[in-house]
Amino acid sequence: MKTLMSHAKNINLVLGLLILLSFLVLMILSFFYTPYDINVMNVANKLKGPSSEHWFGTDEFGRDIFSRIMKGTQTAFFVGTLTVTIGVIFGTLIGGMAGYIGGWVDEVFMRIMDALMAFPGIILALMLVAVFGPGIVNTSIALGIIAIPSIARIARSGFIQHKEFEYVLSAKLIGVKPFKIMFRHILPNVSSPLIVAASVSFGVAMLAEAALSYLGLGVQPPNPSWGRMLKDSQAYLTSSPWYTYAPGISITFMVLGFYMLSNAIRDIMDPRSN
Amino acid sequence: MAYIIRRIILFVVTMVLVSLITFSVFQVMPGDPIRIMLGTEADETQVETLKKQLGLDQPLYVQYIDWVKGLVTGDLGESIRFSRPVTELLADRLPVTISLALITLLIVVIVAIPLGIFVAKRQNKLSDVVLSSATQLGMAIPSFWLGMLLILYLGMNFSFFTISGYVPWTQSVAGALGAILLPALTIAIPQIAVKFRYVRNAILEQLRLDYVRTIRSKGITEKFVMYKHVLRNSMIPILTIFGLITAEVVAGTIIVEQVFSLPGIGQLLITSISYRDFPLVQGIVMYITFIVVLINFLVDILYSVLDPRIRLN
Repeated sequence: MKTLMSHAKNINLVLGLLILLSFLVLMILSFFYTPYDINVMNVANKLKGPSSEHWFGTDEFGRDIFSRIMKGTQTAFFVGTLTVTIGVIFGTLIGGMAGYIGGWVDEVFMRIMDALMAFPGIILALMLVAVFGPGIVNTSIALGIIAIPSIARIARSGFIQHKEFEYVLSAKLIGVKPFKIMFRHILPNVSSPLIVAASVSFGVAMLAEAALSYLGLGVQPPNPSWGRMLKDSQAYLTSSPWYTYAPGISITFMVLGFYMLSNAIRDIMDPRSN
Repeated sequence: MAYIIRRIILFVVTMVLVSLITFSVFQVMPGDPIRIMLGTEADETQVETLKKQLGLDQPLYVQYIDWVKGLVTGDLGESIRFSRPVTELLADRLPVTISLALITLLIVVIVAIPLGIFVAKRQNKLSDVVLSSATQLGMAIPSFWLGMLLILYLGMNFSFFTISGYVPWTQSVAGALGAILLPALTIAIPQIAVKFRYVRNAILEQLRLDYVRTIRSKGITEKFVMYKHVLRNSMIPILTIFGLITAEVVAGTIIVEQVFSLPGIGQLLITSISYRDFPLVQGIVMYITFIVVLINFLVDILYSVLDPRIRLN
């Protein structure tokens, strides 16, 4: 806590945490309570502007937008978490082995990673979704695969640097198994850039999920997704322009929160970079 | 020369791997693709005919080689959904996407470079905070939402803009501009917000070097220092950034075309995915990725020509 306090002047850290904690609270709350049932339709009450009863208005089926935004945090965090988990586990494994073992393992792994990075992210995501089919889990897997190469690159450079250090050589000398050296000894020492990368990936994943859902290829109804809500709102852009703001601002702020947090972590862990 | 040969080899290896990934992803697809394409009502003979037609009765490596041959010669077979050659469909849509990408790039270059120079000259705490906020916001805002906001604030207030659909250049230049400008701004604004900092940093880095101090001490005007010396030397790192921007703009067109209902390659890709028209999906993915890899390759080569130090590394 003391170290956290000493960074209180860091605008990115304070704002980033504030944004993310607010969404986290909304998400936890949404498991137990939303002002209205998110799926109950009330056509008589459709497309009503923001009011004291419906803070963000109602959608084309008369459903409360604020409640759907709340539930949407679950989707956003779910996709983000699963994507980053896949990206970090496989990225660290692949990058770590490439860096630590070196030689042809490095060559083969990294060329494949380069090829994956050669695809524009959205193209690769669309191709994987075309194959796996849409849905919340498939979207996360597709986005997780896309997150792997950049994390693998970062892990690799850390492992290459550290494998020549004395603590690793000593561990080798007393016969510690390679796997243990890699993940018990080296990994904790190279984790800070990985944490920054994971935080960035979180933001990227949420943006990509929103984009896929906007295209109708990501999260499917009845699961509420902010990207999907934006797609729905577009049809009513002229008649009910306020509809688009709640989901749009939610996505922007959530992503902003993760980017700010990752900038803050980077500044704190490596003061020289600033 | 050795450097260029190495880059060419890397380019070829990357494209071979990209094609292998694109090819094999469709092999691990759960379920029988033929069945998925034809739907559940298809009978055995229909399945067999389509299999033959697509060459799926051949061994895998033959299928792969045939497919790559098709990619190179521009013969990707027929689209299942549209019953027309894939390359013909692509050629139809290409002008839309290319106009969009070029106009976006033009906007980014016209705005980001002067903006970068402008802020490099005025450095203080406040402007740094404002600028880094702009950058973070530019990275966080979803492009498709930005497009909707532009429709809301510009498209609906000025009759010059068409907010949905495309007008060919041959039909009306003003009409085409009106249809392309908003989508182009949608892609360009976040790019500018993120990339002008690179321009600024490249210039600041030059300003710190000894030669700038020397020419300044000779009494040469600041304008001359900036435009004759600093900007020229900063062009090399700036060029790399614009390679990156081109790749991102090409990718950006995919979603933004959807927001503005522009009948470009991106819209074709989305349509082909929803109709499970896999040959078309594979073809579009390969060609878009090829263009992006090619741009990066050309930038690398250009970079090494402009700055011989690169080749020695």
